[in-house]
Amino acid sequence: MSLLSVRDLDVHYGDFQAIYGLTVTIDEGETLAIIGANGAGKSTLLKSIAGQVTPTAGSVTFADVDITRTPPHKRVPLGIALTPEGRRIFPSLTVEENLLVGAHVKRKGPWSLASVYEAFPLVADRRDRLGANLSGGEQQATAIGRALMSNPRLLLLDEVSLGLAPVVVEQIYAALPAITSTGTTVLVVEQDVNQSMKVASRVQCLLEGRTVLEGRPSDLHRDQIASAYFGI
Amino acid sequence: MQWINAIIQGILLGGLYALLAAGLSLMFGVMRIVNLAHGALAILAAYLGLVIVQATGISPFLALLAVVPIMAAVGYLLQWGVFNRALSMGGLSPLLAAFGLAVVVTQLLQLRFSADLQSLQVGSLSVASITITDQISIGVLPLITFVVGVVVILGLQIFLSRAPLGRAMRAASDDPQTVPLMGIDNRRVYALATAIALATVGIAGMFLGMRGNFNPTYGDAMLIFAFEAVIIGGLGSLWGTLAGGMVLGIAQTVGAQVNPSYGILIGNLVFLAILAFRPTGLMPKAVTT
Amino acid sequence: MSATSSSTRDLHAVVSPHARVRRATRASWIGLGVAVALILVAPIAPYVVDRGTQGSLVTLFSLIVMATMWNLLAGYGGMLSIGQQAYIGIGAYALVYFADTLGLDPFMAVPLAVVVAGVLAYPISFLAFRLSGGYFAIGTWVIAIVIMLIVQQVPAFGGGIGQTFSAFSELTPGRRIAYVYWLSLAGVVLAVLVTYLIMRSRLGLGFTAIRDDAVAAGSLGVRVTRSKRFVFVVAAMGCGLAGAMITANTLRVQPDSIFSVNYSVFMIFIVVIGGLGSIEGPILGAVVFFALQQWLADLGSWYLLILGVIAILITLLLPRGLWGLISGDGRIRLFPVGYLLQPRPAGGTGAGAASPAAPSGT
Repeated sequence: MSLLSVRDLDVHYGDFQAIYGLTVTIDEGETLAIIGANGAGKSTLLKSIAGQVTPTAGSVTFADVDITRTPPHKRVPLGIALTPEGRRIFPSLTVEENLLVGAHVKRKGPWSLASVYEAFPLVADRRDRLGANLSGGEQQATAIGRALMSNPRLLLLDEVSLGLAPVVVEQIYAALPAITSTGTTVLVVEQDVNQSMKVASRVQCLLEGRTVLEGRPSDLHRDQIASAYFGI
Repeated sequence: MQWINAIIQGILLGGLYALLAAGLSLMFGVMRIVNLAHGALAILAAYLGLVIVQATGISPFLALLAVVPIMAAVGYLLQWGVFNRALSMGGLSPLLAAFGLAVVVTQLLQLRFSADLQSLQVGSLSVASITITDQISIGVLPLITFVVGVVVILGLQIFLSRAPLGRAMRAASDDPQTVPLMGIDNRRVYALATAIALATVGIAGMFLGMRGNFNPTYGDAMLIFAFEAVIIGGLGSLWGTLAGGMVLGIAQTVGAQVNPSYGILIGNLVFLAILAFRPTGLMPKAVTT
Repeated sequence: MSATSSSTRDLHAVVSPHARVRRATRASWIGLGVAVALILVAPIAPYVVDRGTQGSLVTLFSLIVMATMWNLLAGYGGMLSIGQQAYIGIGAYALVYFADTLGLDPFMAVPLAVVVAGVLAYPISFLAFRLSGGYFAIGTWVIAIVIMLIVQQVPAFGGGIGQTFSAFSELTPGRRIAYVYWLSLAGVVLAVLVTYLIMRSRLGLGFTAIRDDAVAAGSLGVRVTRSKRFVFVVAAMGCGLAGAMITANTLRVQPDSIFSVNYSVFMIFIVVIGGLGSIEGPILGAVVFFALQQWLADLGSWYLLILGVIAILITLLLPRGLWGLISGDGRIRLFPVGYLLQPRPAGGTGAGAASPAAPSGT
C-alpha cells in the first residue's frame, strides 16, 4: 500500500493550468525525485500535497485518508512536512526558535533539537543567530531541520540546491541518509538531475504539468532523461 | 516644584497610556491590523466594570477578574467573526471593519448609558497619596496604574519571547503563509492574539475608569493617546511604547500646567514634532512584535 | 485630453489584432446622457422647489463632494483618512474670513477658500505621509484635532464659540439660498468631473498600478509618493469646497462642529456603502446615506449604529458596495476610467455585441 497517492490531479492558477491529470504514488520508505525544468509543475505538485494550493480536479490520499481539501495546518499532524520554495525561514526568530516552531505539532519520533543539530552541524553552529542573518545554505539546512522537527512520515523537499554552491549542496544532501534511515519517506523536487539521481530510489520527470518519464535511476539512460527534461 | 510635580504626574499618566497602547501594539505587531476600535473597546470595558460593580457592590479591582476574561472572549470572537474575514479580503477591509466597529460600540454605549460622565468608585483610594514634599505627592492609584502598566508590558514581552504561542505569533507576523506549514492555524493564533490584546484593553479600561471620568465618546481620545504612545515610542517596541506613553503624559501635564486648556494640544504637538523630526520614534526596533 | 488618446494608441499597438481597445461603452454613453440631463435640469430647482428642499439638496451635494474626495484618497490612492474634517473646517473658516473679515465677494471667497485648503494640505502631507495604513488614518485625525484646537485659541476666529457668516445678509433669504444652491451645484459637478478626469489620466492609470502593487509600480517609474501627494492636496481642496458649501448653507462656523470627526464617519460610510474605487459608488452612497439620514433622523443614536452595522457587513460581504452589486462588479460603468479590451468582431458588423473581456480600472 502506498503512503501517498496523487491521482489525476489538475491544478489551475486562474486561467493558467499548471498540472494536467498528474498521478504520483510513493511507498513508505521510498525516496522519489521529481525532476523537470522550470515551470514543469514540480513546486505546484508539492504545494498540492502540503495543502497550499487546492486542485481543481483529482485527489490526494495520504495513509489511506483523502486529504484533497484538508487545510495545510491539519496535514502536519498527519505526518506531512514541506520545506518550501525559497526556504521561508522566519527572519526575526533565531535558528533554534525556527526549529521549535517546527515542533509545534508534537508528533512522536526520532527528531529533536539534539538530533537535528547532530545531523546538521551547520545548523548547530548558528543556533542563536537570527533567521534574517543566515546564508542560503544555512537557511536551507534550517528549513529541513524545521520540517523534521514535526517528525514527518513524508518529507517534501522543494529545490534544495537552488542558488547554492555545489559544495553546500553536497553538505546538505549528506544528511539525507540519516533522514531516510529512520524510515521517513522523502519526495525531492529538483532541477539538478545529477543530484537527484544520486539520492533517489525512483525518478519521475515532469514536462509542462505531465509525467513524461518514470523509472529507477539505474534503468534510465542519460539521453532519455535529457529528452524528457527538455521535451525534445 | 510645580514643574517637577507635573513631570511626575505625567510619568504616572504615561503608565496608563502605555497600558492602553500595549494591545494596539500587539495587534499591529502580529496581524498588521490597526484596531481603530481600540479606544471604544477600552471604554466598553470600563462600562462592563461599572455594570458589574453596580450589580454586585464589589470593588473594581475584584471586577477586573471578570472584565479581563470577558474582554478576552470578546477579542477572540471579534477576530473569528470580523477581523479574520476582513484580513482575507485584504486592502482596506480590516481598517474599515475596525472603524465601523468603533462607531457601533460607541453608539451602543451611548444608547445604553447616555453621555453622562461615569466613574468607577474606589473609595478612599482615589484620594490616597504619598507625600514627598509640600508640593509633590504621588497618588496611590496613579502609582498602582503605572506599576500595572509596566507589569503588563513586561509580561507581554516575556510571553512573546519565551512562550511557544508567543513564538508562533512572531512567526505569523514574519510570514503568515509559511506558518500553516508548521501545523499552526493562523486564524487561531490571530484570535488568541486579539484575545490577549483585549484582555490588556480590559485592564486599561478599568484603570481608566478608576482614575477619572468617562463617557462613551472618550474612546476617540483613548485611541489617539494609545496611537501617539506607540508612534512616539517607535513601532514594534513595547518598551518604546512605555517610553512613548510617558513622553505623552509629561507633555500633557506640563502643558496643562502652563494653561489648563493647553494640555491635549501640547501633547499632540509633541507627537507631531517627533513625527516630523524623529519619525522612527524614540526606541525603534525591527523585530519582536 | 492628448495623454489619454495617445495611451489608447499605445495600447492598440500592443494588443492582438483580434481585439480593440475602447474607453467608452453603451452604458457610459447612457451615463453621460443622464448626467448631462441632470446637470441641465438641476439649475431650475430654485424656481420649482421650496427653500427647505434647496437647503437639503445643498447638504446632499456637500455629501457627494466629500465622499467623492474620500474615495479619491482611499479608493484610488489607498489612503484611509479620518482627518478630512480638517479641510472642511479650513474651507469654512477661510470663506468666513475672506467674505466677512476682508469683505471680498462671497463667490470669489469660495475658490480662495478652496485654494487655502490645498495650500495648507501640501505641507501637512509631508507630516502625514510619514505614517502609513491605519497609523496614517489616526495621524490625519490628530492633525485635524490640532488644527481645531489652534483655531479655538484664535480670538479673531471667534475662539470656541465660532462666527456667523454674514456676507449674504443683505440678500433676501430666497435669493440667498438660490445662490448657494447654484454655487453648490457647480461645486459638485466640478468635484466629480475633476475626479473623473484625474482617474482617466495617466495619473489614474498609475494609481491602479500602485494599488495593485506599489513596489512594482514604483520600479516602473510611477512616482508613487508624488502621485499620492497630488491626490491628497486635491482631496483637501474638495473638502475645503464642501466646508464652504456647508457654511454658506448653515451661515455659522463653530470649531467643534465644523471640525467634527463625524464628517469623516459620514464620508467613510457613504463610500463603503456606495462602493469604494468607482466614480459612481460615492454618488450612489451619498444619495442612499442622505435618504437614510432623513428616514432614520428620529432614531438618534440608533441611526449611526445601524449605519455602522451596515458598513461592517458591506465591508465583509460586498467589498464593492451597492454600486458593485448593481454594475455586476464593474461590468457596467457610467463613468469609465479604465481601458476595455474587446474581441474585434470577425465580420466587422456585430459592433458592440461582445461584452468587455477585461474591465480594468475597477
